[in-house]
Amino acid sequence: MISSSIIVLGVIGIIAAVLLFWAAKKFRVDEDPRILEIEDMLPGANCGGCGLSGCHAFAVACVKEGSLDNLNCVGVTSEDMVRIGSIIGAVPPPSVKRRARMKCQADCTLRDVHNHYAGTRSCLLANNLYMGETDCLYGCLGCGDCVRVCPFDALSIPEGHVLPVVDPDRCTACGRCVGACPRNVIEIAEIHPDENQVWVACGNKDRAPLAMKECSVACIGCSKCVRTCKHEAVTVNSFLAHIDSTKCVGCGECVEACPRKSIVIVKMAGDPKATTLGTETETGTAPGSYNS
Amino acid sequence: MFKTFRRGGVHPNPEKLTRDSEIVSVPVAGVLYLSMNQSIGAPAKPCVKAGDVVEAGQKIAEAGGFVSANVHSPVAGTVRKVETIRNAAGFWVEAVSIEPSEPGVPLPLPDKTLDNALFADAMKLEPKEITARVREAGIVGLGGAAFPTSVKLSIPEGKSADTFLLNGAECEPYLTCDDALMRRWAPQILAGALLMARAVGATRVLVGVEANKPEAIAALEKAARTMPSPVGVVRLKTKYPQGSEKQLIEAMTGRIVPAGGLPVDAHVVVDNVATAFAAYEAVCLGLPLTRRVVTVTGMEMKNRGNFLAPLGTPIESLAEAGGGLPQEGPVKVLAGGPMMGQAVAVLSAPTVKANGGVTVLAGMDILRRVEKNCIRCARCVDACPMGLQPHLIATLGKLRLAPEAKDEGIMNCLECGCCSYVCPSWRHLVDYIRIGKTLIRKELKR
Repeated sequence: MISSSIIVLGVIGIIAAVLLFWAAKKFRVDEDPRILEIEDMLPGANCGGCGLSGCHAFAVACVKEGSLDNLNCVGVTSEDMVRIGSIIGAVPPPSVKRRARMKCQADCTLRDVHNHYAGTRSCLLANNLYMGETDCLYGCLGCGDCVRVCPFDALSIPEGHVLPVVDPDRCTACGRCVGACPRNVIEIAEIHPDENQVWVACGNKDRAPLAMKECSVACIGCSKCVRTCKHEAVTVNSFLAHIDSTKCVGCGECVEACPRKSIVIVKMAGDPKATTLGTETETGTAPGSYNS
Repeated sequence: MFKTFRRGGVHPNPEKLTRDSEIVSVPVAGVLYLSMNQSIGAPAKPCVKAGDVVEAGQKIAEAGGFVSANVHSPVAGTVRKVETIRNAAGFWVEAVSIEPSEPGVPLPLPDKTLDNALFADAMKLEPKEITARVREAGIVGLGGAAFPTSVKLSIPEGKSADTFLLNGAECEPYLTCDDALMRRWAPQILAGALLMARAVGATRVLVGVEANKPEAIAALEKAARTMPSPVGVVRLKTKYPQGSEKQLIEAMTGRIVPAGGLPVDAHVVVDNVATAFAAYEAVCLGLPLTRRVVTVTGMEMKNRGNFLAPLGTPIESLAEAGGGLPQEGPVKVLAGGPMMGQAVAVLSAPTVKANGGVTVLAGMDILRRVEKNCIRCARCVDACPMGLQPHLIATLGKLRLAPEAKDEGIMNCLECGCCSYVCPSWRHLVDYIRIGKTLIRKELKR
């Protein structure tokens, strides 16, 4: 009995082995080994920050294009991009650092809280239901949708904070948080290592009398910044200032001029090694922000 | 045996605290704010300006489209301003504020007896004329959805309705505004229903009332005997959400409205009893919709009751009429009842046409339990009146998996809250489902 079982199973095994060997030869797909090599260097978060469907698609695209002119992984360092370039024999264009930052700096101490939200902690839901705990219809709701969608753990709401904080070392500017925020509080900004960052940390488009009641650091559209700026970088649209980063030189004069402290500055000190941003800020509140 | 829908439903503690209180007219507030967003669809366009003197019942805003409704001034007075105000949820809406010439004086209650001569005349009107008068009066569905009634009465080409259902279920706990209305003005309600049935060409008129309102049923049955054509009064089992349109149609006619379809696809038109009363006033008496019965209720409210309030009365002055908000501890004020009502973020916001209740919860009632893990007991599945799997679509919504949630039928959810009500782990199922629905709507817009 046992011997016949062994013979039958043995024969089946041999036939299957032959079939598999034949199938492996016949249906073999040759994949460029460079694809795997590149993929190993990528973060593997499939964040979509490159504009492609995932890390594998990026690696395939690199090999197919043979150049890195239109391809950039936001999740790796520039040295890694150079190494990826060396695999396919291309040189990556000089990369611009991009990071997420908050267009709101008003926590509970700066905005009056009028009601208590007891629903599920979801910005999307809260924004759908009502105005939020404060009067401002434009500010951060603080429920942390951005924190949950971030694939790199770059966003967090630390103990004692209401607003999310961006970790500049981990942020890759993939843009997931921008898509998740129902109030468009987060923006992606280019960061130049030798230029101070200046931006309007507010999205309030209400008229001045309303905005002043809603939040103590809301932009009221007074245009003082427009008059102060020597480089014509600031414009005011629907009672909200906007700084054109291509024209801004980071002098910080508008920050001092702003009567509402809505404009914030992160000093880069011209030191290329100063990657830990925002250790000092003019307003002292470290808005939204690059905490050290 | 009372009629009901087949699937799901819950029986929350009804807490009809105000069921025996007579309708009282509240003193007109110092300023009335008439929101231009009184209905689903396009907002109305103001046709008065600051300083204008308006009569009671004068049109102050024109419907902004086909799916929209006129707005009329409830009182004689002066237009203070056309301004933007915060609605109950805190969003900015355009509104006309009116300073009444006689503030503090309550509106007179409508006549208790039906004017038979006027009603007989109105029954001879062309169906189109009835719809036109309903449209002119700015009537919207007063059950809560605020769908313009004239749109409902305009049956689309190629469709027909043979049954007109009058919704007097009032399954929402705490609320008694429809109950009070049916007890007091049953003949007028049935007259309005017959007029609307004439407008849509329906031959059968049925009124559905939950069995926990025997006085209303008796009043309707008595009134039905005096009507020129037959009206059936159907007793429904007390079960939430009996008053939901699709559930009511199934309970009363046995017909199923197809998913994503409208009642007219099942040859039915459904309207609330308060809407029928407004339709009677509009068609027979030429009165626009400018006031409604609002239930102000809650355990802590000393003078809780059913109030006839002009539209645009601030919610806080209604709460004041109900005895004032409790001073101690946090309070939750709901526009509507505890199951479907929306929390009010701005107490100075005015009431709108669809707002049939102000429920004030305090103490233990506003406590939201910490949610635990799903234990797969499937009680939510049993409770869902739409036959969905709430635990599943809620999880998909929470994980933001919109396409998968859509495949599971998340868009059929009524957000009635039965699943959250029965969940032994106190999971916020409706909240998660809303996240999923919002994501799908966002994608549709794109």
